[in-house]
Amino acid sequence: MKHLDEYRDAEMARRLAAAIAREARTDRRYRLMEFCGGHTHAIFRYGIEDLLPSNIEMVHGPGCPVCVLPTGRLDMAIRLARREDVILASYGDMLRVPGSKGQSLLKAKADGADIRMVYSTLDAVKLAEANPGREVIFFAIGFETTTPPTALAIEAAARKGLTNFTVFCNHVLTPSAIAAILEAPAIRELEAVEIDGFLGPAHVSVVIGSQPYEFFAEEYRKPVAISGFEPIDIMQSILMLVRQLNEGRAEVENQYIRAVTRDGNLRAKEAVSRVFELRRDFEWRGLGHIPYSALRLKDEFAAFDAERRFDEPYIPTEGIKACECPAILRGAKKPTDCRLFGRACTPETPLGSCMVSSEGACAAYYTYGRMREAAQ
Amino acid sequence: MNVASRSARPASRRLDLAAGRVDLTHGAGGRAMQQLIEEIFRPALDNPFLARGDDQAAFDVSAGRMVMSTDSFVVSPLFFPGGDIGSLAVHGTVNDVAMSGARPLYLSAGFVIEEGFPLAELARIARSMGEAARAAGVAVVTGDTKVVERGKADRLFVNTAGIGVVPAGVEISGDRARPGDAILLSGSMGDHGVAIMAHRAGLEFETTIVSDSAALNGLVADMVAVMTDIHVLRDPTRGGLAATFNEICHQSNVGMRLDEAAIPVKPEVLGACELLGLDPLNVANEGKLIAIVPAEDAARLLAVMRAHPLGRDATVIGEVVADPARFVRMATRIGGERIVDWLAGEQLPRIC
Amino acid sequence: MCHALPVKIIALTGPDTAKVSLGGIVKEVSVALIDDPRPGDYVVLHVGYALAKIDEAEAERTLALLAAEGSDAISEFSAAAEAAEAPP
Repeated sequence: MKHLDEYRDAEMARRLAAAIAREARTDRRYRLMEFCGGHTHAIFRYGIEDLLPSNIEMVHGPGCPVCVLPTGRLDMAIRLARREDVILASYGDMLRVPGSKGQSLLKAKADGADIRMVYSTLDAVKLAEANPGREVIFFAIGFETTTPPTALAIEAAARKGLTNFTVFCNHVLTPSAIAAILEAPAIRELEAVEIDGFLGPAHVSVVIGSQPYEFFAEEYRKPVAISGFEPIDIMQSILMLVRQLNEGRAEVENQYIRAVTRDGNLRAKEAVSRVFELRRDFEWRGLGHIPYSALRLKDEFAAFDAERRFDEPYIPTEGIKACECPAILRGAKKPTDCRLFGRACTPETPLGSCMVSSEGACAAYYTYGRMREAAQ
Repeated sequence: MNVASRSARPASRRLDLAAGRVDLTHGAGGRAMQQLIEEIFRPALDNPFLARGDDQAAFDVSAGRMVMSTDSFVVSPLFFPGGDIGSLAVHGTVNDVAMSGARPLYLSAGFVIEEGFPLAELARIARSMGEAARAAGVAVVTGDTKVVERGKADRLFVNTAGIGVVPAGVEISGDRARPGDAILLSGSMGDHGVAIMAHRAGLEFETTIVSDSAALNGLVADMVAVMTDIHVLRDPTRGGLAATFNEICHQSNVGMRLDEAAIPVKPEVLGACELLGLDPLNVANEGKLIAIVPAEDAARLLAVMRAHPLGRDATVIGEVVADPARFVRMATRIGGERIVDWLAGEQLPRIC
Repeated sequence: MCHALPVKIIALTGPDTAKVSLGGIVKEVSVALIDDPRPGDYVVLHVGYALAKIDEAEAERTLALLAAEGSDAISEFSAAAEAAEAPP
């Protein structure tokens, strides 16, 4: 498969591993955060850490929209789904995430709630067209990659004059999350996480471009390498970060030049700005309240906003006490630092979102990498 | 099955195979059910046992150990590229019996049919079963039919059970894998599961993905003829290669080391798996097997497998190792390491 | 973040839709976010939408840069550059 197989080449990986080993200085550590859950997944699925010297440590970030959604918001979705006249359309990722009181969308479905898995927002719009007597609510989650599809679906529903289609919007913004990680602990009351550089998300950047990261590089003096998704992309990006750190540079470099430009996708950004506006505040699992970090529908699209049509309160809840998802999402702890990991909490019996999402650090580590813990 | 008096049945009441549907009388044990058996099942499955019309089949058994296996088939859709629930039901049980090294002999077939099921489809499925059985050298010698009300069965469920005889000296079992053994795979992974799932997800194909559903007893017979000391044979069906290997590691109390680059996967299957967010190692196969043998016998066995049409792409994909943690480890394409774990719950396609 | 794949447009099927192929599997997707999509173009696909075209020239450049990594030419060049910059 073109533009895929080339970036999974064993010989190339060997040579990049040799270059990284040669250039990583032995007198320092390199703590690199891969922001994006997709990168975390690839790192474990291919065993990339086996090809890195021991003084390069990958710190797993919060770029997993399933993982950072607070339980209270999922509970709202479950309550909405349980309503008589509602069909809740959702991406597959959310179906098994545990909400409060042991509930989940999948369990609600088994109890009789009408919940349908969709691959695309267009499927949700089609559901609304096909079921004029029912209320179709699309459970929207995701960072900037996933937001334009929701925007287009809302505009399509408006054009078609649909009166039974709404979106429960939980779209969040990447730069806000990066800022939250970098900001001084004094402000955030969270323990400091030492990070030397960032692997920037591939497909968020396709949409927003490389420009938004320049602020972090300048303000916080942290190098960024926007990285493609495949193992060779990731290794090349790690090499770029190692070089930046060795040379004392703090720039935004774009490794994923085949798909990312400085300005990103203007059509996509315009679609989003037509339909959405910033929320003053939004609670993130693991990162607390972050201002201007999430989106809601603009007033002119109020008719498509599930939160305005349905009266469901947001009840903030705390997760299970021993669950370390919040610290893991910040990069402050590793999955193996959590008492529940691999014992009470496994992919079959997930207690936290980091374990149930296939892009969560705990799920990735458990599914692909837990033999490393056994060896210690 | 009771024989009804032929002279009492008027010719005008033959089944309307083109447009007729199964109704509750066809499962009631009376004349209607007899018609179903005589006009659909018996001609399609065609053997002296069924022709006798008894409720059971009687046959002599040769000396040696006998093996029995059963499986139920609930596949949807019923018809798919490369087969249907009928051929699948034959292949599945023939293969389960063959994985002990046994020569499969006789099958039973039970049908639970939803009221309203088209007779034309039932006839097509019965014919397909008959063809599959003949090609595998086995006979469906006894069976049963039940009809349930609309909504009480997803169109059609089939159960088959099979018996076979194990040749002397052959001891194939999941607990016989030993550190140092070679792991062989007969061919490409993921074809059947992807053929079904891609169909259901509404994907189209430039090159149609065809189920690999096939009877493996011929291949097994060739393998057992050349060496009796095969340690383990298994066909990776539901749960794929990952489930099969983890089961064996647990039964034998060993670990494994696999080489991802050595495991064959067709490009279309890889593409579909990428699009659906699936791992080919978790996907069902219905015409492939793995063999675990002492390392020194691997080359010899591989040659025999490759000489058979169902083993052309046979290859060594790894080895059994000592491991108290019983992990199935795999060297990834790029030289790192991961484990190949059991799948947690049902496969939900990865989107975000 | 987010599972996205490089797929090839094989035909346009409407003002905003196209059939794309990945390894021989064909799917209909939205190309509403792409400027001037054409058969033969590769695009990045995410949840049923093409998000951007893959720039073939930049892809070539990436592969060329990768090919140069670890080659003798690069390390000789780096060594020479360091020597030139070293303080007298």
